[in-house]
Amino acid sequence: MTRRIDFHLLGPLVALIGLFILGALLNPAFLAPANLSNVLARSAFIGLIAVGMTFVITQGGLDLSVGSMAAFLAGAMIMVMNWLAPITGENWSTILIGMAAALLGGVLAGWVNGALVTKARIEAFIVTLGTMGIFRSLVTWLADGGTLSLDSGLRGLYRPVYFSGIGWITWPIIVFAAVAILGEWLMRHTRFGRHVEAIGSNDRVARYSAVDVERVRLQTYVLLGALVGLATILYVPRLGSASGSTGVLWELEAIAAVIIGGTALKGGRGRVWGTVVGVLILSLIDNILNLADIVSPYLNGAIQGIIIVLAVVLQREKRPAEV
Amino acid sequence: MTAPVLALSAVTRRFGEIEVLHGVDLALQAGEVHALIGENGAGKSTIMKILGGFLQPTTGQVLLDGEPAAYRSGPAAEAAGIVVIHQEFNLVPDLSVAANIFLGREITRGPRLDHKAMADAAAALLARLDTPIRPGALIRDLSVPDRQMVEIAKALSRRARVLIMDEPSAALTRREVESLYAQVDRLRAEGVALLFCSHRLDEVARLADRITVLRDGSVVGRAVRGEMTEDGMATAMVGRELSDIFPAKAASFGDELLRVDHLNVAGAVPVRDATLTLRHGEVLGIAGLVGSGRTELAEAIAGLRRSDGRISVRGAPTQIGSPADAARAGIAYLTEDRKEAGLLLDKPLTQNLTLAALGSFGFRIDAAREAAAMADATRDFDIRAASPDMQAGSLSGGNQQKLLLAKTMLTEPRIVIIDEPTRGIDVGTKQQIYRFVRSLAAEGRGVIVISSELPEVMGLADRVLVMRQGRIAGEVAGDAITEENIVRLAMGVAGGAGGAGSTRQDETRKEPA
Repeated sequence: MTRRIDFHLLGPLVALIGLFILGALLNPAFLAPANLSNVLARSAFIGLIAVGMTFVITQGGLDLSVGSMAAFLAGAMIMVMNWLAPITGENWSTILIGMAAALLGGVLAGWVNGALVTKARIEAFIVTLGTMGIFRSLVTWLADGGTLSLDSGLRGLYRPVYFSGIGWITWPIIVFAAVAILGEWLMRHTRFGRHVEAIGSNDRVARYSAVDVERVRLQTYVLLGALVGLATILYVPRLGSASGSTGVLWELEAIAAVIIGGTALKGGRGRVWGTVVGVLILSLIDNILNLADIVSPYLNGAIQGIIIVLAVVLQREKRPAEV
Repeated sequence: MTAPVLALSAVTRRFGEIEVLHGVDLALQAGEVHALIGENGAGKSTIMKILGGFLQPTTGQVLLDGEPAAYRSGPAAEAAGIVVIHQEFNLVPDLSVAANIFLGREITRGPRLDHKAMADAAAALLARLDTPIRPGALIRDLSVPDRQMVEIAKALSRRARVLIMDEPSAALTRREVESLYAQVDRLRAEGVALLFCSHRLDEVARLADRITVLRDGSVVGRAVRGEMTEDGMATAMVGRELSDIFPAKAASFGDELLRVDHLNVAGAVPVRDATLTLRHGEVLGIAGLVGSGRTELAEAIAGLRRSDGRISVRGAPTQIGSPADAARAGIAYLTEDRKEAGLLLDKPLTQNLTLAALGSFGFRIDAAREAAAMADATRDFDIRAASPDMQAGSLSGGNQQKLLLAKTMLTEPRIVIIDEPTRGIDVGTKQQIYRFVRSLAAEGRGVIVISSELPEVMGLADRVLVMRQGRIAGEVAGDAITEENIVRLAMGVAGGAGGAGSTRQDETRKEPA
């Protein structure tokens, strides 16, 4: 009994460690700090979004719009900074205003999703399918079908936010770690997290227990929106541009990471640390395929797909004596 | 005596380390109704599951027509003519009644479903049950009693040789119970062997040809019709005399605690113009048929339904627009639907206990205080659980109800509304719950008890409101609390007889509904 539960909890972690060892065996370059730093920093975008997604999925919702939202926020942020640069100058205050705009935009976009789900009572899948298209189309329109590029002076100033940090531990890694720890704490040890799980488990019971179901649901979408904004803030200095193809399929990667981590897609059971493990598993697979010559990197998607299905099969609760 | 159709011979069953059945013998005869009674946790469900093929005995045998039974699953047992009607319904909400009855055994004409044949057959079955349910209705639109009738119709359509029913009448109204009994009589005459579990001892006395009493996994009594009185059954189940199941009523009450004035509640059963008062230390009963608006009224007071009218707590007008408002006003509501609205069945006991009162455990939930609260609740409410980390869903019904009670009391309400406090609970636990209810009132709280069981309302309440068709039809108190007076008000028969206490008929009752 206890052994089975342990396996459920630790399965993803065991898989992650296994992948790590495999990576080290296949190519010594895998363990180089530069490589690990790169893997972790790239994980940070999806990771931040996936932590927020964990809360949304745990309360029984879903958000398909996050990838498009990130692209839209990146585009909007670049436009704000480019527009401000001649006025406030190519300096940090301009960048901070841009960051604030991305964060605020994320909160607002999350609120719109949440309000449509909770106040207009439209299914989350439908709402976010709609906003996914809207955000994607908006960024393409803002970029006029091309690419929005950040003012070159600002770009030089902003670059270190992605590329530097404390030694090889760059800022995205630090922010991701901090958000992950905070997220785990929020889910495990606060009333908000407990309410999120209760709503996903049975929203009627939550309502009858005087939990403000609608408000908590809305808050999870706003939290996710804010984290998409934060991810955007870290993403923009990497390339200094945004286009219609920015953040494509991020939503699916984030959802996959949440599921691999052991959060139930139907809600009620959320594991933030599991999500972090899920994100790392997905990035490591990608990295290992690129470093090793055994399997074509083009098969990355196929292998990730197999991992997702396998994770869910392994974590499935054993049904009691049902034939 | 002829050979039994289905029998258990020295059956034991273990779950892990724990043996829950100790060498049970049981024989079901064709054309006989057999009642299996016992407290929650006595092993009734396990026996039903073994008979129905859902569980296998650890030792001992299941004998079908005297031979060791070959079936090892529910569907295989059904194919052998053994049909179980579970307490939890096994119906697909989005399919029609007819489609549910024939689910898995659809009538076809070539590759095409023969909708008409199925609808006609379903209609014939429902007519046999004397119920007005339409074969084309969707299950999701049916009330709980109607769904129960569909389950029974489904079992009938399977031409059962052995029919096993778990609490078949728990969700039925009086009239439907009668038609259920008629069906049981008819099936008996047709030579079907029936086994049922029930907590309603009057029902056992009415239906059963043979009674087996279980206690702690062993058979402690057997009787044939007429040998055992209802008192005798209760004593055998509990293993001790149950002298006074209801605690003494209150001698005096405090000031007015709750006042509801002209409350209207919209809904499937609209409540109109409900006015009531509740004093400190009082247990107020609300009686009435299922569907008379009792639950709707209670849910409106608890902020779960929109309503208009005035609600005052301790003389102060109070706006109650949400459950949180009600909680702030000190009003708590214990739902009748503990599995769907009361407890998170897949969560540990502790998380269930503290869910409604989490605000008092700090922004960072204090795990030590939570554990302490759980320990207190376990002691105060006598919750029998293997561990506080077990899932609420694996508790017995009685212990779930105690947990729900403990959860509600953790919010320290002044006014407690309890809807069907003892549904599906055994006699011993019922008595405990009645004591808890009375002690809540003795502490100065006001308690409202809604119940379909008249003896419960009469035994527990200091004053009883009777509802009919969404209105409060009248009120009885003191010695006027009699079955006759309550039924008269509930059925709308004019002229409730007075007694030493008081009977009041509400004038509004005479307006057209």
